[in-house]
Amino acid sequence: MKTRKTISLILMLALALAVLSGCHGTLVSKAVTGDGNTDVPEEFDESKKIELTFWAKNDTNVVQTAVYTQAIKDFEAIYPNVKISLRLYADYSRIYADVITNIPTNTPPNVCITYPDHIATYMTGSDVVLQLDDWMRDSRYGLGGSEVKFDAPREEEMVPEFLNECMLNGHYYAMPYMRSTEALYVNQDMVEKLGYELPDVLTWDFVWEVSEKAMEKNEDGSFKVNGQNVMIPFIYKSTDNMMITMLKQLGAPYSNENGEVLIFNDTTKSLLEEIYLHAKSRAFSTFAISSYPGNFLNAGQCIFAVDSTAGATWMGSEAPMQDIHEDQKVPFKIALRPVPQFDPEHPQMISQGPSICIFNKDDPQEVLASWLFVQYLVSNSVQLGYAETEGYLPVTLKAQQSAEYRDYLSRKGEDNTDHYFIKIEASELLMNNTANTFVTPVFNGSASLRSAAGEMVENVCKSARRKQEMNDAAIQKLYQDVRGLYRLNEIEVKQADPSGGTEAAEQTGGSSGELPGISKALLIGIPAIWVLIIAFELWEKKKAKRKN
Amino acid sequence: MKKIVALVLALLMVGCAALALAEGEKVMTHEEYVAAELDSPVLVETYVQDHQSWWDNKITVYAQSEDGAYFIYEMKCSEEDAAKLVPGTKILVKGFKSAWSGEVEITDADFEILEGEPFIAEAKDVTDKLGTEELINYQNERVLFKGMTVEKYDDAGAAFAYKNAENKTDDLYFKVSKDGVVYEFCVEFYLRGQDTDVYKAVEALKVGDVVDVEAYLYWYNGANPHVIGVTPAAQ
Repeated sequence: MKTRKTISLILMLALALAVLSGCHGTLVSKAVTGDGNTDVPEEFDESKKIELTFWAKNDTNVVQTAVYTQAIKDFEAIYPNVKISLRLYADYSRIYADVITNIPTNTPPNVCITYPDHIATYMTGSDVVLQLDDWMRDSRYGLGGSEVKFDAPREEEMVPEFLNECMLNGHYYAMPYMRSTEALYVNQDMVEKLGYELPDVLTWDFVWEVSEKAMEKNEDGSFKVNGQNVMIPFIYKSTDNMMITMLKQLGAPYSNENGEVLIFNDTTKSLLEEIYLHAKSRAFSTFAISSYPGNFLNAGQCIFAVDSTAGATWMGSEAPMQDIHEDQKVPFKIALRPVPQFDPEHPQMISQGPSICIFNKDDPQEVLASWLFVQYLVSNSVQLGYAETEGYLPVTLKAQQSAEYRDYLSRKGEDNTDHYFIKIEASELLMNNTANTFVTPVFNGSASLRSAAGEMVENVCKSARRKQEMNDAAIQKLYQDVRGLYRLNEIEVKQADPSGGTEAAEQTGGSSGELPGISKALLIGIPAIWVLIIAFELWEKKKAKRKN
Repeated sequence: MKKIVALVLALLMVGCAALALAEGEKVMTHEEYVAAELDSPVLVETYVQDHQSWWDNKITVYAQSEDGAYFIYEMKCSEEDAAKLVPGTKILVKGFKSAWSGEVEITDADFEILEGEPFIAEAKDVTDKLGTEELINYQNERVLFKGMTVEKYDDAGAAFAYKNAENKTDDLYFKVSKDGVVYEFCVEFYLRGQDTDVYKAVEALKVGDVVDVEAYLYWYNGANPHVIGVTPAAQ
């Protein structure tokens, strides 16, 4: 009797522990260790010497470098107690890597050009990134505040879509700096030569059809459309954007705010299969496989080149920046269009471009100086100076609506340098489609997921070129390999909000990911324990019956 | 009788499998590599001559053996193994032959280190191949260009340009001419950084200097050598 009671007690305790361990379906919560709150000081002490470090990225463009250095010089003239040292990178991933390396030693820069995906990872450290809500709205030092010594934009003068992109977990952790989107740069001459009329908005089907037609060859092996031995009709620069954009346009899942990875689905599979076919015929290639789309476009060896609007100065035979020799250029009529669409009536295109974050420091004066400098970077002089170097768009309505910017836009095509028409058209594309842009959910691991999206496109293209078979098994293996390579199974998913937590699951019909191990163990263990309890009871009863 | 037939068939099967395996794993000569189709699998034995800095579990290697050179782009490599890839190390590389902006390279490669005497290639003087169609035959090899005249890099008249002038943490570009034809050369930062002799040598160049340049003959829409040495031209 005593033994039976002991066993029952142990089993019940085990069960209680299992329940209390917090298994909630498939989601495991991770507490944020610090929200980055720092109070705005009462006053900026302009007698105190402050040194700031600013890490920025430029597009290997000396004018952009000049904009940064002039901004620093002008800011230091306004606040002589502040000295800013600039470190420039050519690559966002290098900034990211260096920041990650410096966070554990508490030595990240003060101000950093970055992407929200990266900020999500920086924020896994305690109070690393400054939360900006209170700073933006402070009456003295907030956006356009009374004590700010230059003409800074107020919050309502920021483009709301771009500002909202800098929110994580319901708070602002960055300010937008520049915005761009992707554009389709087209050799219109070749489209017409192939017997097609170029629409205002191209569909994916149109691009694939024209690209395949362009693969026809003469008897001597040269391509009919250009008479050359090289023709890659369609080249996409950023394959991560390509996959993300296609999924978004189709309303298919990619990820959600809780960090659920939803990309491994049948729509992705269909897209990869289509891409494989066009890579196999060599009608399609990527930057990673072939090189810059603009180089092929300008050499008359590409018809459809997708690249950022921030690369517009490189696109076209008359473009001010050229990366091929003069004798390789082939003159052509260039047209700019939105990226291909599945539904041309409702275009969707990605919003991209750098933002700025501030790293929290022990000295609030240092943080305030950083915040003032960030405000200076979104003031008109910097916004206009930087935006006009490429097909960027200023992130403030204040700058976009300024007389200077309107004058700049009105001079489209006046020359092939500052007013190169494709560069200005690229900015106008984003200006006219700001409401049609989208961003992807940001969470710790979203940068890896983005890389995984691109990797899948690259992989199927290489497989096609290497004459490797594409079938269901190959796709499933690709999914598995990519999950492992980018550690997507290690992304910790936030606990779902009970009021709306199943929305993502309902959208997709259930996550295609595996249950965490602890959940599996509990789902198996708890029923098993009950089976043992019931079996033991039955055995005891049988024993008692026999005795009687 | 049946047992003998079965034994013979089994032996034949094993033999065929061994042959297929042997063929599939055959190390290529450089000539076979050059003749191979783009996007085909390749297997080569070669020697590390140099490499760019390791990053993100990948390393880009300049390799050469007696019969030719290879550029191995972002080969999978742990940081621990990267330290073993000293110049002269013999390696077996398995990957795919690719081309990027005219540069023929091995991509998606794995490697293993082999036992063997180290081999360092001597720089081949290809000055007289400049401007000819023969130059591309020396792609990726360690080469020498002698008696090159430094030209101004841009309208500002500088002898060179930084990719990142602010921090000097990126490539250096300069132009040199021979017989009136100008060529663009590059000090690839991840191959030779700002603290190296060649980086400082290029920073010290003046327009009109006559120099000998040692480089790996990288290709980017034409000859774009990755420079590893710049010295005053021998008189």
